[in-house]
Amino acid sequence: MVDKLNTVLITEEPLSVESLYQQVQVPEAGGNCLFVGTVRNENKGKTVTHLEFESYIPMALKEMDKIAQSAQNKFELQLCAIGHRVGTCKLGEIAVIIACSSKHRKQAFEACQFAIDELKKHVPIWKKEFLQDGSYWVNSRP
Amino acid sequence: MKVRCFGIAREIIGSDELIVDPNAAQSVEELRKLIIQTYPEFEKYSSFMISVDFEYAKDSFQLTGKEEIAIIPPVSGG
Repeated sequence: MVDKLNTVLITEEPLSVESLYQQVQVPEAGGNCLFVGTVRNENKGKTVTHLEFESYIPMALKEMDKIAQSAQNKFELQLCAIGHRVGTCKLGEIAVIIACSSKHRKQAFEACQFAIDELKKHVPIWKKEFLQDGSYWVNSRP
Repeated sequence: MKVRCFGIAREIIGSDELIVDPNAAQSVEELRKLIIQTYPEFEKYSSFMISVDFEYAKDSFQLTGKEEIAIIPPVSGG
């Protein structure tokens, strides 16, 4: 049993891979997997200039906590940490980090995939994509 | 009662908060219908969920007017 807790955070400051990695570090872990989502320069053939993320933070943290807990239980993780950025994100900046630690690699890989998929489905965070000729909320277009 | 608005819901409504007469929306379903009736743009641009006290709520949920309520358009984090 580890004495550290899962971590969830939403921040306007740049996310740190090292910091999220440290959050899941325990002597019992031998497999550590990190998913890092960054701001891509294009979407569906159009040039993206930057992104803006908005969140209903108290609910988002609650949903992220549920995902971390269920990833931990389902994949027998040591720890799970989830961080998401809000506000303006430039190209190449980190929008999301999932960090999972487990005894062996398989669980950590699978848990990372599970956690990012669940985050994209349930966590109240909204992405506005800015193109050269306008902007729109992703998933909310006619 | 106050309804918090995010993302495209905030832009459709033109404010981050919508004030609703609690008598006009005694359940999540009634609130949803009232929102769509008042802002028909939702039919065109976006479906949405309603959260009550930071949890996704079913349409049958009965509102007292004291809960923290929000319109949750389709999420797009990550």
